[in-house]
Amino acid sequence: MEHTSTLERVLRGAALALVVIFFMFPLFWIFMMSFQTNETILRIPPSIVFEPTLSNYAALITGRLETAAGTLEINFLRTLWNSVFLSVTSVAVALLLGVPAAYAFARHKFRGSEDIAFTLLSFRFAPPLLVLLPLTIYFQQLGLSNTYFGLVWVYQLICLPLILWIVRGYFEDISADVEYAYRIAGHSWFATFRKIALPLAGPGIAAAGLLAFIFAWNNFVFALVLASADKQPVTVGALAFVTASGIQYGQIAAAIVLSITPTLALALYAQRYLVEGLSLGAVKG
Amino acid sequence: MATLELKNIVKRYKGQAVLDDVTLKVADGETVVLFGPSGAGKTVLLRLIAGVVDPDEGAILIGGEDVTDVDAEYRGVGMAFQNFALFPHMSAFDNIATPLEARRQAPGAIKAGVESVAKLLKIDHVLSHKPRALSNGQKQRTALGRALAGSPPVLLLDDPLRNVDAKLRFEMRLELPRLLDTQGATVVYVTQDYKEAMALGDRIAVMSQGRIRQLGTPEQIYLEPATIEIARLFGDPTINLLDVKPAKDGRGVYVGLSNVQVHLAGPFEQAVGRDCVIGLRPEALSFVRADAPAAVPVTVEAETPLNEKTVTLVRTVRGREILVSRPAGTPGPVSGNAHIAVNPKSALLFDRATGDRIGANKVVALKSGEAA
Repeated sequence: MEHTSTLERVLRGAALALVVIFFMFPLFWIFMMSFQTNETILRIPPSIVFEPTLSNYAALITGRLETAAGTLEINFLRTLWNSVFLSVTSVAVALLLGVPAAYAFARHKFRGSEDIAFTLLSFRFAPPLLVLLPLTIYFQQLGLSNTYFGLVWVYQLICLPLILWIVRGYFEDISADVEYAYRIAGHSWFATFRKIALPLAGPGIAAAGLLAFIFAWNNFVFALVLASADKQPVTVGALAFVTASGIQYGQIAAAIVLSITPTLALALYAQRYLVEGLSLGAVKG
Repeated sequence: MATLELKNIVKRYKGQAVLDDVTLKVADGETVVLFGPSGAGKTVLLRLIAGVVDPDEGAILIGGEDVTDVDAEYRGVGMAFQNFALFPHMSAFDNIATPLEARRQAPGAIKAGVESVAKLLKIDHVLSHKPRALSNGQKQRTALGRALAGSPPVLLLDDPLRNVDAKLRFEMRLELPRLLDTQGATVVYVTQDYKEAMALGDRIAVMSQGRIRQLGTPEQIYLEPATIEIARLFGDPTINLLDVKPAKDGRGVYVGLSNVQVHLAGPFEQAVGRDCVIGLRPEALSFVRADAPAAVPVTVEAETPLNEKTVTLVRTVRGREILVSRPAGTPGPVSGNAHIAVNPKSALLFDRATGDRIGANKVVALKSGEAA
């Protein structure tokens, strides 16, 4: 181990602290805001000393928003549920479709396989707005707009390429000989997929699933255009706090806290797994 | 138990033939060693037999049945990979059990089967370990155990001793023939180590550039190599190869070494006057007194004792270097001038242009191709 001087350690600590503050301060500030009324939030100069209130959370949970212009009905919990349902279903469908496809792309080089895989990837770098207008028209004609089915379908544009490409890398990292050995021992290709390929790519599949979940959860523009009030996820639902009588900062903050809690909890829980999984592909053991 | 037959196998990758018209017949219970430098096509051939790679042309028969289009899991072969290819998420027990599970045996039968194989390979004490926790030797034995577990009629071993240390390799080289005998399986064994090939093979198929260059018993390959290349691959120290132009007089065909006429025994008439290479095994040469018939004068350059034998590097009058070996402990010159004699019966002549052996080699190669 190289010797590090005290100064170096202090500087390194300071730099790390700076980075942490930079990224964590907005979260911290929003968390503080969620316990304040609009008045205390907007006072000048701002202060971190205030009388905490749970009124923002109460308004979100009861779904009744008291504003200067009157009472507003906002079904926030419904949008939260929509987010959970849409994200979970989308990731589940994407895993169901993407993992076998990733295996096929990794193991069988067929005519046009690279082209198909690349086309699927291109969904990720085409700006959503590019496809949104034609998609809206199609969905209206097909009767898919404002349905969970339609939304889950569109969410595949986000989840499927992500899962396909990450998981494909994991399958490619598994030595083909290991799979051959299982086949030669007398097992079918499907048994080989289930008993060898899936368990060995497990961490990668989990990491890809988690990433896809976060991406799906954070999606805004697809749901904004293709879903109306009762199918909206939280990202869109939060728009309702921009009311006629002003922006309800307190409620927005509380809504953000509530909406990032599930993904944050999931990410924290799976963090070790995620980092391990994502770096495993790069540095093979 | 089963015979194994390969008929005119051709395999190409990107237009390049890695196997070019390979035909091989392995008798029931026989061990054939595929020997050759890397890139010769040995491993591809083994994978073709296993069914994980399909040939472009030709047929594969196991027990007389055409299995060319049969999937790997139905061929009933066992295979040990060079890199072991153990299932990293399964214990050694589960690894070895996979062929038995595929045969849908009862749990009790699987347990008994795995344990008997493990006992045979002396890994019964590490069965609960994951591959990560096994030493290289134990990994290798586990891989071997997995190949043996289903008692497959055909056993394919892809250089299984490549990745283990020298001591273990030596032990396994002694142990494997006995092990393979108890199995009674038809074995195809791939190796790059000529000693391993000689120790394990009933017959050796020497491969290079996708073709079988010579097929024969270890003795045939060693004593009657078909080409210069094969002669060079077998033997340690390697064979002496000297450019010569044989001539003929009343006593027969002779070559000149250090301006001495050395007469050769053999049907070498066709070599007279052609550019040839003479192959002399170091043990076919011996130090003799200066007045012995056809004694070739040389100067001794260096001497290396190699346990059971002593190898001496000598230089001929025309400056060509030759290795002479003799059993350790026998007297021999250490320096200065000396004379060597050639055992005329063990001299090999090769055509310099083609590398093919001149004389009886063609007959030998054809005969061994048919022998089972």
